[in-house]
Amino acid sequence: MTEHPSPRLQAERWIERQLPRIVVLPLFALSLFFVYGFIAWTAYISMTPSGVMPVYDFQGLAQYERLWATPRWYVAILNLFVFSGLFIVIAMAIGILLAILLDQRVRAEGLIRTIYLYPMALSFIVTGTVWKWLLNPGLGLQRFMREVGFEDFTFDWLVNSDYAIYTLVLAAVWQSSGYAMALFLAGLRSVDDEILKAAAVDGASGWKTYTSIVLPILRPVFLSTVIILAHLAIKSFDLVIALTGGGPGYATDMPATFMYAFAFQRSELGVAAASATMMLMTITAIIVPYLYSELRRTNR
Amino acid sequence: MRLFRGLNSAMHAAKHAACAVAALGVSSAVHAEGTVEVLHWWTSGGEAKAVGTLKDAFEAQGGTWVDSPIAGGGGDAAMTALRARVVAGNPPTAVQLKGPGIQEWAQQGALNDVQEVATAEHWDSVLPPALATIMKYDGNYVAAPVNIHRVDWLWANPEALAKAGVEDMPTTWEEFNAAADKLQAAGITPLGHGGQAWQDATLFEDVVLGVGGPDFYRKALVELDPEALASPTMVASFDQLRKLRGYVDPNFPGRDWNLATAMVMRGEAAFQIMGDWAKGEFLAAGKVPGEDFLCAPTPGNGFVLNSDSFTFFKVSGEDKLKGQQVLASLIMSPEFQKTFNLAKGSIPARTDVSLDDFDMCAQKSHEDLLKAVESDALVPSMAHEMAIPRSVRGEILDLVTEFFNSDMSSEDATERLSAAIMRAM
Amino acid sequence: MRQRRTSGIVQPKGLRSVLMRMGLFAVLGLFCLYYLLPLVVMVSTSLKSLAEIREGTLLSLPQAITFDAWAKAWDSACVGVRCDGLKPFMWNSIAMAVPAVILSTTLGAINGYALTKWRFPGADWIFALILFGAFIPFQVVLLPMARTLGQLGLAGTVPGLILVHTVYGLAFTTLFFRNFFVSVSDGILQAAKVDGAGFFGIFFRIVLPMSIPAIVVTVIWQFTQIWNDFLFGVAFTIGDSNPVTVALNNVVNTSTGVKEYNVDMAAAIIAALPTMLVYVVAGAYFVRGLSAGAVKG
Repeated sequence: MTEHPSPRLQAERWIERQLPRIVVLPLFALSLFFVYGFIAWTAYISMTPSGVMPVYDFQGLAQYERLWATPRWYVAILNLFVFSGLFIVIAMAIGILLAILLDQRVRAEGLIRTIYLYPMALSFIVTGTVWKWLLNPGLGLQRFMREVGFEDFTFDWLVNSDYAIYTLVLAAVWQSSGYAMALFLAGLRSVDDEILKAAAVDGASGWKTYTSIVLPILRPVFLSTVIILAHLAIKSFDLVIALTGGGPGYATDMPATFMYAFAFQRSELGVAAASATMMLMTITAIIVPYLYSELRRTNR
Repeated sequence: MRLFRGLNSAMHAAKHAACAVAALGVSSAVHAEGTVEVLHWWTSGGEAKAVGTLKDAFEAQGGTWVDSPIAGGGGDAAMTALRARVVAGNPPTAVQLKGPGIQEWAQQGALNDVQEVATAEHWDSVLPPALATIMKYDGNYVAAPVNIHRVDWLWANPEALAKAGVEDMPTTWEEFNAAADKLQAAGITPLGHGGQAWQDATLFEDVVLGVGGPDFYRKALVELDPEALASPTMVASFDQLRKLRGYVDPNFPGRDWNLATAMVMRGEAAFQIMGDWAKGEFLAAGKVPGEDFLCAPTPGNGFVLNSDSFTFFKVSGEDKLKGQQVLASLIMSPEFQKTFNLAKGSIPARTDVSLDDFDMCAQKSHEDLLKAVESDALVPSMAHEMAIPRSVRGEILDLVTEFFNSDMSSEDATERLSAAIMRAM
Repeated sequence: MRQRRTSGIVQPKGLRSVLMRMGLFAVLGLFCLYYLLPLVVMVSTSLKSLAEIREGTLLSLPQAITFDAWAKAWDSACVGVRCDGLKPFMWNSIAMAVPAVILSTTLGAINGYALTKWRFPGADWIFALILFGAFIPFQVVLLPMARTLGQLGLAGTVPGLILVHTVYGLAFTTLFFRNFFVSVSDGILQAAKVDGAGFFGIFFRIVLPMSIPAIVVTVIWQFTQIWNDFLFGVAFTIGDSNPVTVALNNVVNTSTGVKEYNVDMAAAIIAALPTMLVYVVAGAYFVRGLSAGAVKG
């Protein structure tokens, strides 16, 4: 052992110490460019008169005025809140419930788990059509129930402007709750057995073990699930296009479909960019405080 | 542009490394008769077969056809891809593009003209003037039309009509309403309809044509004349649309047009108002026009024009330019117009092609087209992106579909229509 | 691989437990119905002839079963002028999805590991900023991305598409691994550090083997997202190099043509088979105890 390490060894140690940063920074740079660079681009485009293609003449907030004068935008924003709220809560609740139930040494677990997960594999381009049939009063469930004798059975949400948004929730939960289940199941399975055994020895009931011991350990899983589900909700596009097409009328329009329609159907890139910017600001306002509190907590 | 320039320099280094990869995908072979890469959204069934006839004809002349099919949303997905391609500096040679969309791209300086071919082959004398205008930018042809679809068709199930004691196809909206009331009394849905914005808009424009006549239609839905838009005739049009809403079954929202056609086929519904592609559904089910189903124009003595066309994008290279010329000439050749439209169910865009091999509905369509050209009653379709900028069309569609799916009054609708159009201008 | 299956948490206790078990299966079964119903409709429709679909109600079971639609969807349905079905496009998707999944998962794992187990000042900020990328709407990044790919010479190529998916997958993969590692206690790692193991040594020998549950959920997620992506596929590939979702969309969507629902349904199921295979294979690792032992410390 020498008292003073050689310069080479020092250099190696320095690199070893910096390695985490050296690994993370290029990836961070990618994200800065492809996410924040593009967000900045979008924000700039929202202040230009861009139509069919991007143009770069600054014109101020005219596109925002136009956006907020469009009745359809209000519908889209309101729908985003209704849909996301319901979807995240329901999908998460079902996910936790199924994960806990599946964790009870269920015999056919592999099969059941695959059944819960498979909807995510199917493209909504086609499953949207199936849901459309199932939910259409004249074709699907309502007709079936009436044919088997329940003459008064009515389920016409799909064709009702006030309720159609809930059919989107129904189909979206169908598609994604299985994945919420998978996230929680993976979380449950990585909880240390010793903790569970200790709880059992202490005489905690099964239910109590979960609510007071296991779920709190899974806090980070909640964060992952919320982010994933929020991402799915905000970007719901195929689902809306395939199931309701935004209808009846434009009652089930969402910001993602709104943005797409303006950017690519209507050649109004500026309005689309303004709506994207508004959407990102809304998300920031909601997600950032949540992230902040979560990150503070996990750091302690 | 500043931001992009930043990107550019940052990427310059990486570019060289990546070029090698890109080069692998590009064929460098030069063909004597040109190469075209065609972006289109006719991807399945009869539509794909129709494009297939174009490809075969092109290849028969020794050219190379690269196919870029992108379906979805009546061309929306293809338009998305087109923008990405143009921005990336890699546009397709020819693109299925229609109506004012052609002008939008031409204004961006993104198109090549094919005026040489058009002059040599006298396109001006064989195309309906209303259509020729749409194909031109700055007096030069930048697009070639492949077909004409008529939008103002009324399809009917004769059995259903007979059951309710309706004898003739209606020729005015009053007659239509009377027939529909009879049908309703007989327990038959008078109008098979799918509640999608473009279908609602199809009803709307056919109603405007019937209520206001071709001149009013042109003033309101093509020239966007504020006076016409706010006129009592517009209110009356909305009134008739509201009537039609009452003749539709309650489960219409979101229904695809072909399912509405199936309702007519099965006799659940008596009428459908839809362009002549609906005929394809009837024919595919083995139905015979004139016997199993009837076709007649919707009221109004006009002709609502819808046409598909191919536009030529700015590409460089002898090979591709040659391909554009050959393709343009081919599209407008009478033989191709005939084979293509037999496969597609529409009628030729050229008015001088004989329709002897076509079915009776197509012949009727051709006859009416010539008459409409004569009497200046040929109007471009608003719903099918032939008449007005896509931004304005979008606003009109939003309003019409909201009207159709709510209990908005005709007066309110008329007022909001003007406001919506102002917004998008 | 250790498969230590410890007993479930609800301990058997006579009649009450039998009843609870029945209740358990009833609930699981009910959800199975909810999840399976659309699939039943799809399979049933795919086995009908077009004439039967047109005549009957859409939801009735097939009267005469035919596999024609499946054969057609696989190798003779028209995708544009080329009528070879979905078959030629499956490979495109595999060639794109597999590298993109492996790349984004690996990078996410390293990222998550470095951000939690080798914390440096600002690590949380970096994580939060990367994470926010999960919310960028793909519709608006399309054009700047196209421009970037064009500049890189990657427009219309599979490597370009892999780059796009890797970049936008990073937010999710980092999230999954970071949140997994956060609940892993530092004990073992400290011990390994004391023993002189380095950044990558610890990662490959200790961390990776115990992160199997995180790898499973990440791979399932990434594979699903990338395989099912339509928007990037349609914008950044050309014709014959289209992924299968674009081909599926081309088979299914017709603007003014005759709809063949039976072929649509068969095609959708065929296009989803590789993803379902991933679920089954990856699902085998959803086992208790894989990470046990490693977690405590």
